[in-house]
Amino acid sequence: MQAFVKNIAEQNHHQATHLLRILHAIQARYHHIPEAAIEQLATLLNIARTQIIGVIEFYSFFHLKPRGRYEILISDSITDHLLGKHQITAYLSEKLQVDIGEVRTDGLVSLDNTSCTGLCDQGPAGLVNGHALPHLDHARIDQISLLINQETPIEQWPTELFQINDNIIKRDLLLNHPLAPGAALQATFKRGLSATLAEIDSSGLRGRGGAGFKTASKWQYCRDEAESQRYVVCNADEGEPGTFKDRVLLNSYAQQVFEGMTVCAAIIGAEQGFLYLRGEYLFLYDKLHEILAERRQLGLLGKNLLNSGVNFDIDICLGAGAYICGEESALIESLEGKMGIPRNRPPYPVTHGYLGKPTVVNNVETFFAAAAIAHQSGEWFANIGTDKSNGTKILSISGDCAKPGIYEYEFGTSIETILNDCGAEELLGLQIGGPSGLFISDSELQRKLAFEDLATGGSFIIFNKQRNLLDIVNNFTHFFAHESCGFCTPCRVGTSLLKNQLDKIVDGHGSAGDVVALEELCALVKNYSHCGLGQTAANPIISTLARFPELYQSRLKKISYEPGFDLDASLETARQLANRNDAAAHLTQVEQD
Amino acid sequence: MTKTIRIDGNTVPFEDGQTIIEAATAAGIYIPHLCHHPEFTPHGSCKLCTVNVNGRNCSACTFPAMEGQEILNNSQELQADRQKITQMLFVEGNHFCPSCEKTGNCQLQAVAYHLNMLDSHFPHFYAHRELDASHAEVLIDHNRCIFCTLCVRASQEHDGKDVFAISGRGINKHLIVNAESGLLKDTDLEATDLAAHICPTGAILIKHTAYKVPIGERIYDHQHIDQVSLAAEQNK
Repeated sequence: MQAFVKNIAEQNHHQATHLLRILHAIQARYHHIPEAAIEQLATLLNIARTQIIGVIEFYSFFHLKPRGRYEILISDSITDHLLGKHQITAYLSEKLQVDIGEVRTDGLVSLDNTSCTGLCDQGPAGLVNGHALPHLDHARIDQISLLINQETPIEQWPTELFQINDNIIKRDLLLNHPLAPGAALQATFKRGLSATLAEIDSSGLRGRGGAGFKTASKWQYCRDEAESQRYVVCNADEGEPGTFKDRVLLNSYAQQVFEGMTVCAAIIGAEQGFLYLRGEYLFLYDKLHEILAERRQLGLLGKNLLNSGVNFDIDICLGAGAYICGEESALIESLEGKMGIPRNRPPYPVTHGYLGKPTVVNNVETFFAAAAIAHQSGEWFANIGTDKSNGTKILSISGDCAKPGIYEYEFGTSIETILNDCGAEELLGLQIGGPSGLFISDSELQRKLAFEDLATGGSFIIFNKQRNLLDIVNNFTHFFAHESCGFCTPCRVGTSLLKNQLDKIVDGHGSAGDVVALEELCALVKNYSHCGLGQTAANPIISTLARFPELYQSRLKKISYEPGFDLDASLETARQLANRNDAAAHLTQVEQD
Repeated sequence: MTKTIRIDGNTVPFEDGQTIIEAATAAGIYIPHLCHHPEFTPHGSCKLCTVNVNGRNCSACTFPAMEGQEILNNSQELQADRQKITQMLFVEGNHFCPSCEKTGNCQLQAVAYHLNMLDSHFPHFYAHRELDASHAEVLIDHNRCIFCTLCVRASQEHDGKDVFAISGRGINKHLIVNAESGLLKDTDLEATDLAAHICPTGAILIKHTAYKVPIGERIYDHQHIDQVSLAAEQNK
């Protein structure tokens, strides 16, 4: 192992910023990060062992204790639940003889849950040693169990087990007209850099990650910084449950995404770019590197690209299972090889980003659209959409509908149109923008897809009337508690309190004051949290409480007070110790009137 | 001309580069805080110092003072919410003031008194946390750690060492120490280090000193934390 670690550290030039990729290699080889490797790395990278341990314990895909040689993770996204995740996991657990959260005694296989894997349109989905497994059903699980028990190397597994589909159902302005490699760059250099920035400005393009900050302004601020070393970062940490459009863009339109990054780099004067790819999209990693190599061959990356005098190259950094890294300053921390904890702002990344230098961070779809605008014009884009929301939006639609997949719509399109197109029937409501977004009911279908009405990063999860709303909200609330980075008190403690308080109500232990207590907690977490994660973590509860208050009330017991836990079950140990099981050794939960 | 901000209607001067809490402290205005310390890089994690700046909540310890800021600090709403954030810290760990040797010298306890906290309000987590009594002179009681990182920063920025770090994610956050064994005795921490003395709660204690100052004669037994804090931090 010593030689392995030494070699990996050398390949990474002993850079502490490369800690995540070094740990990925060690985790893949040894199924955990052994203590000896931590000691060795601390010396080789000249960092404290505590920094390495901190990173390992922060990211879900790194482990201090060995996982199975085949590590299986099943997506816990609500979309996978709608497709039978619970039952599939139980079957898998039975077939492989391993409990959820455990490693089988022979060390061959481990099984656990993981946050949304971005395969919501082809679930239930999972990962085996990081490789995505869509469409899990009994037949596939039988096949997988056999392969594991026969210890077949993953490279020899049938490729159809790993076949991920794009499922692009509706194309519009952008998806209909993919650019030839180099087209946007040629147009940019012909028009001039300032003139191209003016086109991005007049296009009205706003960030596609959900926040909607004006792209041209971000680029302009970064360009205006005195510091000459600048960076371009593409945020492909698509972790919002129900979102998978960036996966499809990177699978089938990566040239254009990289082109958008290169246009940005030319305009702001950056020589280095990064694609921060979520760990769940490992299956795209090699393919994207090949595309980058191809672009270097074509003279679209590297020194003096297209004889423009511009030098720019792109590297790919793989995340390791942390939703918080979708927050741009946490993403930058992660790029630097650290725990993904959002920074204090100001300063903002445009002035103090990667390594403290001016940095533009944009979503995959933003760069994708920017490339098209650079090729065409601002007006071409601005002619489409509404006054405040120009162009189109690419949606990831999943849940209870006939045709889950990728849909591109002009801004201003009504929700009703979208639901008709994807074949949603017997609608209960839909979650727009993922758990951090908004739940709308079937009485709000005239509302519009737009920043000024329903802003979204692109996640649409549809629920029909057979679904239990509180189960959905519970899934989202557990997700946030699991993904809170733990930096600030209101989110670290508050998201866990929210989870416990909601569990109490959902499990039927709630009484009169418990919904009020839940609302109070929602306000605290929303108003005092450090970053967007905490500020939106209560949204599922807040938006459903506003629409369906009776649903919450109906779960409450008609008593003034009810203990938050099962009293009788808590006495079990005492009964065993006392060797008693008579009536007097049991308690009823509440004194009945 | 001096630049000014307004805090609860009072005009407060500031210099460029000052945070809101620095300007406030210099003007004799106390903003409750636990993770802030004037000597170290601001952290902004405990959120007790949240103030409302022109309608938006900001951490006073990290947010720069700027001309035109109308700041609410001592409002009823903020004080009530700060109390709840303090209660969150109490239920997250295991804080039994009557049996804690830090009682009376504890900033967490003193802030709780200042905010008129009379109960823990939220259900307790009853987290299972360990003690590290391995070091001859310094004890870690993880039950009382609030992840303020003051020990981390004091060790790095003052002691020139790197003894402490916060590891883990979410509610599983925990304090770790820089030793292969994971034990405090195997670090280079000395009892004279500032990091061993700076804990605002009873998570890091100097051994053999527990009751040398009797209860009743301790820092916050006769003074409120706002007076103590302002007196100490105005001198810095």
